Amino acid sequence: MPHSLNYPDRMRGFWFLLVLVSVARSERLFTGDQVIRIDAQSEEQIKLLQILESEEKWNLDFWRHPVSTELPVDVRVPRSHLGAMKEYLHAHSIPFTVMIDDVQELLDQEKAEMRENLIRERNTRNFNFAAYHPLETIYSWMDTLVAQHPNLVTKLEIGRSYENRPMYVLKFSTGGTNRPAIWMDLGIHSREWVSQATGVWTANKIATDYGTDASLTSVLNTMDIYMLIVANPDGYVFSHTNDRMWRKTRSPNSGSLCVGVDPNRNWDAGFGGPGSSSSPCSDAYSGPFAHSEIEVKNIVNLVQSHGNFKSFISVHAYSQLLMYPYGYTCKSAADQAELDYVGRAAVQKLTSLYGTTYKVGNICNIIYQASGGSIDWSYDVGIKYSFAFELRDTGWYGFILPADQIIPTASETWLALKHIMEYVRDHPY
Amino acid sequence: MGLRRAIVLFALMEVTWSLSVTTIGPKTVSTDASAHPEPAEENTEQKEAAEEDVMATGELNPNHYPAQRAAKVVQHYLNLRHGSPYKLFGLKEVHSGNAEEVADSGRKYQLEISVHEIISNTKEKCSAEVFFPSGAKQLSPQVQVSSCEEILKLDAKSEEEALYQQYKTNKTVRTEKRLPDSYGHIDPEMTPFWHLSIVASSFIMLKESTENTLYNMAQVANITQLATENDQLKFDCHVLLHDMVSQEIPQWKLLFTWSPAEGVKVLHTEQLPHVHESEKQAKPN
Repeated sequence: MPHSLNYPDRMRGFWFLLVLVSVARSERLFTGDQVIRIDAQSEEQIKLLQILESEEKWNLDFWRHPVSTELPVDVRVPRSHLGAMKEYLHAHSIPFTVMIDDVQELLDQEKAEMRENLIRERNTRNFNFAAYHPLETIYSWMDTLVAQHPNLVTKLEIGRSYENRPMYVLKFSTGGTNRPAIWMDLGIHSREWVSQATGVWTANKIATDYGTDASLTSVLNTMDIYMLIVANPDGYVFSHTNDRMWRKTRSPNSGSLCVGVDPNRNWDAGFGGPGSSSSPCSDAYSGPFAHSEIEVKNIVNLVQSHGNFKSFISVHAYSQLLMYPYGYTCKSAADQAELDYVGRAAVQKLTSLYGTTYKVGNICNIIYQASGGSIDWSYDVGIKYSFAFELRDTGWYGFILPADQIIPTASETWLALKHIMEYVRDHPY
Repeated sequence: MGLRRAIVLFALMEVTWSLSVTTIGPKTVSTDASAHPEPAEENTEQKEAAEEDVMATGELNPNHYPAQRAAKVVQHYLNLRHGSPYKLFGLKEVHSGNAEEVADSGRKYQLEISVHEIISNTKEKCSAEVFFPSGAKQLSPQVQVSSCEEILKLDAKSEEEALYQQYKTNKTVRTEKRLPDSYGHIDPEMTPFWHLSIVASSFIMLKESTENTLYNMAQVANITQLATENDQLKFDCHVLLHDMVSQEIPQWKLLFTWSPAEGVKVLHTEQLPHVHESEKQAKPN
């Protein structure tokens, strides 16, 4: 039985109408009805079919009208008149084939599929982006996003957390093989909730704007985007269940009652230097050795095995800053001038939306000397366009940013992200 | 008494700490036990590392952290002196800054900043001087502010008076939820007390500030109103602070009074120990 997808567009229109009527009336109108394709052999046969149509005989529903012998004639024949119709066609030696055995059956299939799609669509459309969600909700939302945009988005499990939770990266790709790519990680410090929430909104934005936003479309036509929305799932869960102010991972430290390592002091970039702590009880504990944290190692493995990332962006909160390497030293990075230029232009775009002001500079000068940070690592392994965002606000609410600021924060940040992505696209290396 | 308890706790913490401290960087100096419980050793380690850096002197980049940290101290000073349930100050911008050594006694910053009164949404440019005393004993910074009169004269008298009257006799504050809660939400009726807690916290944030800290109040764990004393509303609150530099969440209990006439007066402070995981229990936020 041919599936609806094979039908020409006009028939899809008919289909849609049929389904609507059926759904609206919620009764089985078409049980046993068949759609037959008639192959008229002569002008005479065409005339006969035209008479059938004009006389409205047997409640025939012509989907393709009898016009010429060059074109097929498609008719939906109600079950009660099937016998009569087929006999008539046989009698006049008019060849035909049954295209649809049972219209209602196909309609039911279509209806079920549509309902499923509607639910999926409702789930992504009705997902409340202006709220903070627990991990399970974010994870199930990811699946609806992928189902809704199967040609653009895939979900990759890049490994597991210390407490064995999956770490999922959403990959946005329009094809190619190992295209140059942009990396984004959010929520590595679990208490910075507006970061993960911004990730969710941004992923949705990318999926929905692809095809309509010229700049984003052009980026995705040549590059891939990889987004790790919850880089520290254990910490995130803990910040919901036990301690809203939890920052670190949840790995135990031998010889100490204190749990967790600061995942943004754990990277192999000036590891263990100033601006990190050697005490497990500290919120800036660097860990026993670089990449000791599985959450960090999973990212390192992915980036290294991919080998073609051109930009690496870590998103944190709060302070309203856009920074570039280095944190482990106050010495300027070789590309400081260019990174500063890109950063300032990106912030200009950000500010243009609501007037939110950001400062731009290298980590060491702007905020503090901090060793073992992610973007220092990414820069030192050759990913030139490495940036770190610190989102809203500047201390009033701090980590506990009201949910009604999620969308404004994500929207303004998006403008900066797009600018960076456009720049990366235009400056291949 | 709080201090004795703190010392006992500090001794207990010492045991835990000595098991896990590895020697990276400068050796830690044994700290004065009477000063602070638990985080003291950690701060010393980080502080010594920072002191090894050359402290920025002369004209400062207003967007870099030395000027920003000094300017934040001015915010705490203004809030403590002039803040109320309906008046709160924020640092809007640093325009320029200058730092100099003051002959063996400390370092002085001169700043041109813009201050923002949050509730009325007014801005003003101010000049300020912040002096960080040096020495083993941690003395609080000293702040002087000038040319900032307009913003400080802002009138919230009627709202303050109304709140004062309401809670002097009729009502009593006792929080069930944290302010704000995990989702950033505050009951509008509780907002003035969130503001009041920020003002009271500014006492601690000012006192504890150094060139190596950047404090904000992160959350109010709870606030309870006690019996009115000498026509002052009296409160006991437990606040969580956030130090951006160490990323720690110091917790303090504050006993303070407030009235529109007298402003906030902090009577007693107590730092709470860093709670280890085994002692924390799951609780709703």
